[in-house]
Amino acid sequence: MSEHQSTYEPKSAFERWLDSRLPIVRFSADLMSFPTPRNLNYWYTFGGILAFCLMVQIITGIVLAMHYDTSSHGAFMSVQREIMRDVNFGWLIRGLHANGASMFFLAVYLHILRGIYYGSYKAPREVLWWLGCVIYVLMMATAFMGYVLPWGQMSFWGAKVITNLLGAFPVVGGTITTLLWGGFSVGGPTLNRFFSLHYLLPFVIAGVVALHIWALHVPGNNNPTGVEVKGKQDTVPFHPYYTVKDLFAIMVFVILFAAVVFFIPDAFEKVDNNIEANPLVTPPHIVPEWYLLPFYAILRAIPDKLSGVLALAGAIGMLFILPFLDQNKVKSMRYRPAARLYFFIWIAFCLILGWCGSQEPQGTVIPGPAGPVIIDYGINSVTWLARVSTAYYFAYFLIITPLLAMTEKTLPVPDSLFTPVLAKSAAPAE
Amino acid sequence: MANSVAKAGADGPDDAGRRDFLYLATGAVGVAGVAAVAWPLIDQLNPAADTLALASIEYDLTKIALGSEVTIAWRKQPVFIRHRTPDEIARARADDHAPMKDPATDESRVKPGHAEWLIILASCTHLGCVPTFKGGDYGGWACPCHGSVYDTSGRIRKGPAPKNLYLFPYTFLSDTKVKLG
Repeated sequence: MSEHQSTYEPKSAFERWLDSRLPIVRFSADLMSFPTPRNLNYWYTFGGILAFCLMVQIITGIVLAMHYDTSSHGAFMSVQREIMRDVNFGWLIRGLHANGASMFFLAVYLHILRGIYYGSYKAPREVLWWLGCVIYVLMMATAFMGYVLPWGQMSFWGAKVITNLLGAFPVVGGTITTLLWGGFSVGGPTLNRFFSLHYLLPFVIAGVVALHIWALHVPGNNNPTGVEVKGKQDTVPFHPYYTVKDLFAIMVFVILFAAVVFFIPDAFEKVDNNIEANPLVTPPHIVPEWYLLPFYAILRAIPDKLSGVLALAGAIGMLFILPFLDQNKVKSMRYRPAARLYFFIWIAFCLILGWCGSQEPQGTVIPGPAGPVIIDYGINSVTWLARVSTAYYFAYFLIITPLLAMTEKTLPVPDSLFTPVLAKSAAPAE
Repeated sequence: MANSVAKAGADGPDDAGRRDFLYLATGAVGVAGVAAVAWPLIDQLNPAADTLALASIEYDLTKIALGSEVTIAWRKQPVFIRHRTPDEIARARADDHAPMKDPATDESRVKPGHAEWLIILASCTHLGCVPTFKGGDYGGWACPCHGSVYDTSGRIRKGPAPKNLYLFPYTFLSDTKVKLG
């Protein structure tokens, strides 16, 4: 907010008194009057939608914690009986919370894709981008631990598999997993600490969100042209222009959210999670929640444990180093047709990876024989499709993006961010 | 006044040396203090005494028919006790010198004179799922999670798992009774 002159003028004696002691009204007023590029489209409403999601998760989560039993003996029944059947509106509050996680990730993925498409990670917004990546990682940790709490079969085995990832590290792996579990396997102590951290992390996320917004307000918003704001003529105050636009988007989002909660509340739930955790039997087909499937597919694609875990971490790490990989000065892919093409292919491969993660590793892609076996699996297997997709996933970041940044011939970029807007509004008059 | 200024100036270098030492010493004590407080906060995550105290258990092997297995919990970890058929043993021994990720002879994975009893941790060495028997191409176990395949000796033959299914301490109290742990 450093470059934004405060326009707040205390109107009453009380406001003047308060302003010289705790300028909180000035702070809020400046947030609302923040000069925002006038050409932001609906892809820019996901920030507001995500703030809404975080609020929903925190409120419903605090309520659920009032009825939840954290012991490994009582957790399953407290969710299945108390919350889902006995507590007034418990089914609704849990429906909002459990499906809210999916909605949260849907929004965050669109928010991230928006950021990549319009080059929002480039100077001067790298710190803003990195804080976003940190929030994403915290979200995954929180969602994972939340998924463990109902203490069903999927909860238990998901916890076991993910915590065992850390066991892949040589020498210290075993010590780390024992420390994490508080035992020799996932059990009661694990459940209790996950509950504690699941309650804590959303507030950490809220803190990083505050930093994220702070880092947004220093350089100001990027916009669909990627051309920086050049003066007052390029901006409108955040309120009422974008408060209204964000609210409208939130309403549309809420309709979708409500449709899921009321009509298909179990759509994202695996039936096995309605069986209480049993440490002696692994369900025949365990898969994580949809939002983690691409990473799960990458993990399985690599035939070596440690390398698989490193690839999984690296896949997320790619987002962090993206600002270094793409040095092209043109931000928006509107003016980078080649970058846009490879980006859309990358999205397609992410979706394919998601599908691969939901299938059994030896399943076939095209119905029929699995084909000749190379490194444990036939070339027509889900695993090989995942391997090819994983290769593209990393090649997109490590090879294609840096090369395109140097070699791509970009389209002419407009002088000002609102030239294209004016051109568009002038068109119907012709 | 002038005297004291002159004095401070004269002692300057000495004082600076002393101050540096005090800063370092204070810093070192501070770090030690933080570490001393941090350790209990980290170590509390480790298994508590009641978890560690889980004693060994005994199991009556007569309950397991030839060619079948049980999965039981030892220290809250799943354990396989498999009553192997002569076929399974022969198959495992025939493969003793086949190329493997984690080479081991079948003999080294059972107790002498008790080759029919394979007693191993039932956690896939990849990410800890419990493998199911009669899966895969080696007559042994296959892991439902990420497709690791083990043979009839519990050795890793295919897939992402790095190690054979782990052995753990146990002793035969008699031909029909085993003590785990």
